[in-house]
Amino acid sequence: MATETENGVADAAHGAAEASGAGMPQLEFSTFGNQIFWLVVALVIIFFVLSKIALPRIAGVLAERQGTITNDLAAAEELKQKAVDAEEAYKKALADARAEANKIVADAKAEIQSDLDAAQAKADAEIAAKTAESEKAISEIRAGALESATEVAKDTTKEILAAMGFSADAKTVDAAVSERIKG
Amino acid sequence: MEGDIAQLGQFIGAGLAGIGSGAAAIGVGHVAGNFLAGALRNPSAAGGQTATLFIGIAFAEALGIFSFLVALLLMFAV
Amino acid sequence: MVRKTLVATEAHGEEGGLVFHPLDQFIVKPLFGEAGDAVHWYTITNVTLWMALAVIAIVALFVFGSRGRAIVPTRTQSIGEILYGFTYKMVEDVAGKDAVKFFPYIMTLFMFILFANYLGLLPMSFATTSHIAVTAVLALAVFLTVTIVGFVKNGAKFLGLFWVSSAPLALRPILAIIELISYFVRPVSHSIRLGGNIMAGHAVMKVFAGFAAVAAISPFAVVSITAIYGLEVLVAGVQAYVFTILTCVYLHDALHPSH
Repeated sequence: MATETENGVADAAHGAAEASGAGMPQLEFSTFGNQIFWLVVALVIIFFVLSKIALPRIAGVLAERQGTITNDLAAAEELKQKAVDAEEAYKKALADARAEANKIVADAKAEIQSDLDAAQAKADAEIAAKTAESEKAISEIRAGALESATEVAKDTTKEILAAMGFSADAKTVDAAVSERIKG
Repeated sequence: MEGDIAQLGQFIGAGLAGIGSGAAAIGVGHVAGNFLAGALRNPSAAGGQTATLFIGIAFAEALGIFSFLVALLLMFAV
Repeated sequence: MVRKTLVATEAHGEEGGLVFHPLDQFIVKPLFGEAGDAVHWYTITNVTLWMALAVIAIVALFVFGSRGRAIVPTRTQSIGEILYGFTYKMVEDVAGKDAVKFFPYIMTLFMFILFANYLGLLPMSFATTSHIAVTAVLALAVFLTVTIVGFVKNGAKFLGLFWVSSAPLALRPILAIIELISYFVRPVSHSIRLGGNIMAGHAVMKVFAGFAAVAAISPFAVVSITAIYGLEVLVAGVQAYVFTILTCVYLHDALHPSH
């Protein structure tokens, strides 16, 4: 059978295969030298490129970035401090201004108050004077009126007495009328 | 059908060696599952152990790869 | 090998019209000349091309991207800075503060793997990190660095890594053997983890691409490829990350060998 011969060949090839490689390309020993040679070349190139150029450069960039970040952070800290200071100054200025304003307001208030008090006092005085004057006038008027009334009453009484036929002493009538009016 | 008893043995052997891949799969599942169980109990410690997880998976999987290699050798190289 | 896969292909081809070449994408071939030409160590192959593209991408990102040295970074520069900061933090946290002088070395590994992984995800591309030869060199470089650094820094005390002084005395020799084996298995698992993951992802995508040829299931296949592609984007990043972080862990062991 074909298989028989084929197997015979296979077995024969098998012996050779042990040395020269077998069914798997991975075990094709004749290519090992080639692969290893190019692998070593590739690794050496990568190693030198990385260790001489790339890695120091990246390390430098990273360190530089770290430095920049640290510097920036410090600068930011400084700016923050400045901002805090500025805020404090602002607050102080605000408080000062407020105090000043309060003072001004208080002053103005006091001034106005004093003006007001003075004006009021003046007005009170005026009013008091006017009142006194008026009272005086009123009392005068009242006195005048009382006198007139007494006069009228005396005259009337004399007239009445005369009309009734009595002749009376004027002085006596006056005294009597005055007595009556007072009582 | 062609081939002979030796080839039969090769193919059967390769198939049997393939079982090893399944066994390795069990092992890898075991590693990952236990890691997950531990990680869920103590999530804060899990992050630092991922390297260990991968090493464990690699060791478990390597043996599966060995059995696969045996299968390949039986199929193509013997 | 070619013949063998042909047999497998034919077997599928007869049954469902499916043609699978899931591993053909990994074949190393010369860029110029015939497909069957011998691959010498100096031959310019697709490996060369895609590694060169990774180098160019890294140079573009890190050298030309940060050319402006801007305090307020451009978009490219900030990507470079993010990767720098991420890796730097990883080295510092995982490997310790005194490992910072290995940072360019770790960055080289991380960037190469990351870019090779992502470039490998481009359609029609070649994933250089899917090859054991490549990842083994990467892992061995880490292993040798870590071992040499460990002995130079700590001298014979570095062997204390294997002599677990907190264990009972009777157990210590056994533990020492286990530790020693696990120490020497490190480069193996380190390299195969990366290479295998990338290879597996690409092969799976290729298998689903083969399903897409069948009209009945092609929508399913296309959706699956999309989903797996998303997973692979994740895997590409995670595997680069894992490779790097394990490097950091090993470096930490070398610098501080006492448990």
